[in-house]
Amino acid sequence: MHPVTTIHYLVLSAALLLIGTVGVLTRRNVVIILMSIELILNAVNINLIAFSHAWKNINGQVFAIFVITDAVAEAAVGLGILIALFRNKETVLADEIDLLKW
Amino acid sequence: MLIDTVLFYAFALLTLGGGLLCITRRNAVHSAISLIVSLLGVAGLYLMQQAEFLFAVQIVLYVGGIMVLFLFVIMLVNLDDAAKERQFNRQWVIALVATLAVAAEIGYFLYRGKDAFHIAEAGAVMASTEGNVQQVADSLFQQYLLPFEIASVLLLVAVVGSVIMAKKRI
Repeated sequence: MHPVTTIHYLVLSAALLLIGTVGVLTRRNVVIILMSIELILNAVNINLIAFSHAWKNINGQVFAIFVITDAVAEAAVGLGILIALFRNKETVLADEIDLLKW
Repeated sequence: MLIDTVLFYAFALLTLGGGLLCITRRNAVHSAISLIVSLLGVAGLYLMQQAEFLFAVQIVLYVGGIMVLFLFVIMLVNLDDAAKERQFNRQWVIALVATLAVAAEIGYFLYRGKDAFHIAEAGAVMASTEGNVQQVADSLFQQYLLPFEIASVLLLVAVVGSVIMAKKRI
């Protein structure tokens, strides 16, 4: 077996990013779209930690903390918007929310 | 060395399998549970790379915080009707083609650049004798003090925004 190097982590993070992208682009349920965004942000974090470990530099981990902060803020506001939307339009399906379309 | 490899593939399987289940399940609660599995796999990967603080943050914040928030919202909005309907939108073919194009690009670049990663031998430790949490704190509160404060303001904005969004009348 080959030892695990940074390229393994990069391939894994790319795969997770693509899974998240597919989820964002194809699902109709807004809750699952928000979960897919969390997957994408986790892929970014894997990348940052892999390079932090490879170059023995702590800055990558600090940036990962900032990314997690952004993910928390995004989830809180996104779910708040979702609740307001459900109260007004009675739907959580992304393609039925088309007020700006004509 | 062998145990590292085995653990890496186990955590990678958890991460990718959880992610795939998350975006394919019909029931949103099942998706959330799969996402928890995926996040725990990512936490294991952090631990393998000596990022102990982020390992703890990942479990406490993501699995304990964000996922509980998601489950609350799933219970708050009634998703039973949505689970019976079509799960994928009309543009899913275009979306898959676009994602495959991105996958080909990333794969090509990783293949071309793979020789640049020979420095990343596994099992290396951080140069300092300090613990991981201390290193992160030193960097966060000295070099990145201003971004840290800006992040706290961002969280304040997010809290105010979600309270406004949850009001009866916007």
